[in-house]
Amino acid sequence: MTSPITARRLPDEADLAQGSIPAALEDETFAGPAPDSATDGEVIDPQGAMKPLVSPAASLLRFITCGSVDDGKSTLIGRLLFETNSVFDDQMEALKRDTKKFGTTGEDLDFALLVDGLSAEREQGITIDVAYRYFSTGNRAFIIADTPGHEQYTRNMATGASQAELAIILVDARKGILSQTRRHSFITSLVGIKSVIVAINKMDLVDYSEARFEEIKRGYQAILPTLGFTDVTFVPVSAKAGDNIVAPSPNTPWYRGETLLERLETVEPETFDAGAEPFRLPVQWVNRPNLDFRGFSGSIVGGKVARGDAIVALPSGGRSRVKGVFGPDGEVASAEAGEAVTITLTDEIDVSRGDVITAANAPTGVSRSFSGDLLWMANRPLIKGGRMIVKIGSAQTPATLSSLDGAIDIHSYETRPADALTMNEIGRVKLTAERPVVALPYGENRDLGAFILIDPVSNETVALGVVRTVGEPEAVAPEGHAENRSGLARLADLWLGEAARGGAEHRAEHRQAKIRARIAGSVLVGFLALIFQMPLLLVPVLALLDFLLRPFLAVAFGADRLPEERKLDPTVVDEGGGI
Amino acid sequence: MKHMTHLQRLEAESIFIIREAAASAENPVMLYSIGKDSAVMLHLAMKAFKPGKPPFPLLHVDTTWKFREMIEFRDRRAKELGLDLIVHTNQEGVRAGINPFASGSRVHTDVMKTEALKQALDKYKFDMAFGGARRDEEKSRAKERVFSLRTPEHRWDAKNQRPEPWRLFNTRKKKGESFRVFPLSNWTEQDVWHYIAIENIPVVPLYFAAPRPIIRRDGALIMKDDDRMELKPGESVETMMVRFRTLGCYPLTGAVESSAASLDDIIGEMRSSRVSERQGRVIDQDSGASMEEKKQEGYF
Repeated sequence: MTSPITARRLPDEADLAQGSIPAALEDETFAGPAPDSATDGEVIDPQGAMKPLVSPAASLLRFITCGSVDDGKSTLIGRLLFETNSVFDDQMEALKRDTKKFGTTGEDLDFALLVDGLSAEREQGITIDVAYRYFSTGNRAFIIADTPGHEQYTRNMATGASQAELAIILVDARKGILSQTRRHSFITSLVGIKSVIVAINKMDLVDYSEARFEEIKRGYQAILPTLGFTDVTFVPVSAKAGDNIVAPSPNTPWYRGETLLERLETVEPETFDAGAEPFRLPVQWVNRPNLDFRGFSGSIVGGKVARGDAIVALPSGGRSRVKGVFGPDGEVASAEAGEAVTITLTDEIDVSRGDVITAANAPTGVSRSFSGDLLWMANRPLIKGGRMIVKIGSAQTPATLSSLDGAIDIHSYETRPADALTMNEIGRVKLTAERPVVALPYGENRDLGAFILIDPVSNETVALGVVRTVGEPEAVAPEGHAENRSGLARLADLWLGEAARGGAEHRAEHRQAKIRARIAGSVLVGFLALIFQMPLLLVPVLALLDFLLRPFLAVAFGADRLPEERKLDPTVVDEGGGI
Repeated sequence: MKHMTHLQRLEAESIFIIREAAASAENPVMLYSIGKDSAVMLHLAMKAFKPGKPPFPLLHVDTTWKFREMIEFRDRRAKELGLDLIVHTNQEGVRAGINPFASGSRVHTDVMKTEALKQALDKYKFDMAFGGARRDEEKSRAKERVFSLRTPEHRWDAKNQRPEPWRLFNTRKKKGESFRVFPLSNWTEQDVWHYIAIENIPVVPLYFAAPRPIIRRDGALIMKDDDRMELKPGESVETMMVRFRTLGCYPLTGAVESSAASLDDIIGEMRSSRVSERQGRVIDQDSGASMEEKKQEGYF
């Protein structure tokens, strides 16, 4: 009999996250009610809301590493993991074995093999896809997006960069600033990263020359003005030998700045200041567990919301006030950008997935058209007139590429006229959507200013982009419904069964048909009363009362509302349906 | 922006992912493996839809070789939370007599886990399945998407994955295709334990050290959970203080000697640990690309 565990070798994996000191979590608040028990339809535990998750010292930094093929990116990451004790013994054993098999470093451990996980990558010795790595020090947890350097995989680099708060740009000290360095810097800048560490690597191969370091630094500073980075540091390192990664290197006595890890631990990355913005909440999900609760769930992408705030729902323009704000642990007085919340409103206005709830006084672009810069990621070229689905926030809308204003050369940063974009090219475009979209310039909001394009037939993600300007605003229904309507009008809305949907938008024909049906129903009631020989005088009274009162019964029983809030997504097509 | 701690940011991100998936799926399901990651994922799902319940059932693929305590825990949790629980076992595999001893870990896993999962997804026509996998678990998982598209045959194409910039997940699919969704993609083992401690999330007692009947086999400490495990010549059952870092089929899950009987102990132990959690998993230890191959074939 074969034992299930006879073919034992040392485990072979790169589980690289643990082993170091966790993000400053000491054994505090283990108490508190089990949140699972509070799920029986009870809405809130107001006390629970104040419970802090961890001691506030623990922060998170997401960063990317980018560099050309052979700049030593994977080696640098492997080194960071190794130096922060994030590599386990079994992984070290696997690394030693792999170094013999695939290694490119001779006798030394090939740290790149810790991170290049796909077999094609190990065979070719390059990084193809974005890999995410995790480590932590006493002060901070880190998520690294290890992105490929090769131009063929620019899209993967851009993907990694879009989620990062800081970029490490690797430069080979022997080669200096290459066109790839310029390309990586441009993409980093395109997705709005402001904080950059330029790690000048392989200093060991240029004899730790200060002159060489300064030369490269000057070379990079020359291209800075076009990039908009506001926080740039230069660190001379050798990932392979470990110089200036964790501890200051004796080989570079002329360098007095922070080591790479010191910088990562202390940097407060400059990002968009979402807190200063007006409140914005893209609605992901309408939460309607019962008739008494109708909440709008999503993650806040700007500003702050508190009970009582006046809001407007876009693109419909319905206005209301915030009745309650619910965080992950129950009701809270207010919530801010970054938090996943559910809010309830005082009025039943029409809000569904894809809409954006914003502060009532916030100017927000609602338009069918916008211009932006996009990175084309598909094999086939992008041409004017192409039809795609644009996704911004939680909204998806069919859209057409109405103009292609030029391609940006990512090496020289110059714009040139173009009829088409090929894979990995960046272009300046205008898009026209079928329905109004809620968008903002990327510089104002990282969530409502970013988009992807999806091929409606293949469903591939074919482009990622950032909004530069939002086109002509769409007329948003200026005066809202419930809040501003008189008592009589509200009563009429109720009677018509339109209160729940936000009165104005129902079509007149539908309303007339409804009234005609109700008149017919009342006539029927009168007729039946006549048959059952009621006094002749009472028949019209009965019919009239039925006509007036019956609709309110529908409201009382909730029969005027639609049972299902989830609208069918108009962009969803079956295979071959084509839009 | 408000200062959010590391765990608060992870929590918010996971809730975002869960809501996004539920909103764009026709027939979602949550894969519930009973382990600590599943416990955290389920807890986050409960939070995401409060005061309602998650709009999807739980699915457990039962190989019939799970620890008995896991099964008890599973049934109790589903009942406590009032959630639908679907349990699926590959009956063909049972009839064919597949088991981890006679068939070997690889065949057992293929038939009773991978095949069984595909059967269940096909049977109920689930188009979006949440899984508790984390990117830090294994090298090929590090390159996994949050929304991972699978072909109608449930295959994963590592070279043809959709880019996921920002948090703009492309959830469109053709008929027959489905998604695996990983809300805990960016969590580490430490994060999971810290969160369990802070949020007071119930987990299977097997994670805590206790005296248990152990057989030493091929260098691993295997718990004799029932009589189906027979002693080989020279083996004996010892009572040892052990706990488990991951949970799976009991004959394939190695215990670690430990005295960590509380969450504090576990977190303390993890800080000084020098081996990765998957070391106890017998199935991962084949070739270097083992997990990658399994994933291509449809393993979660």
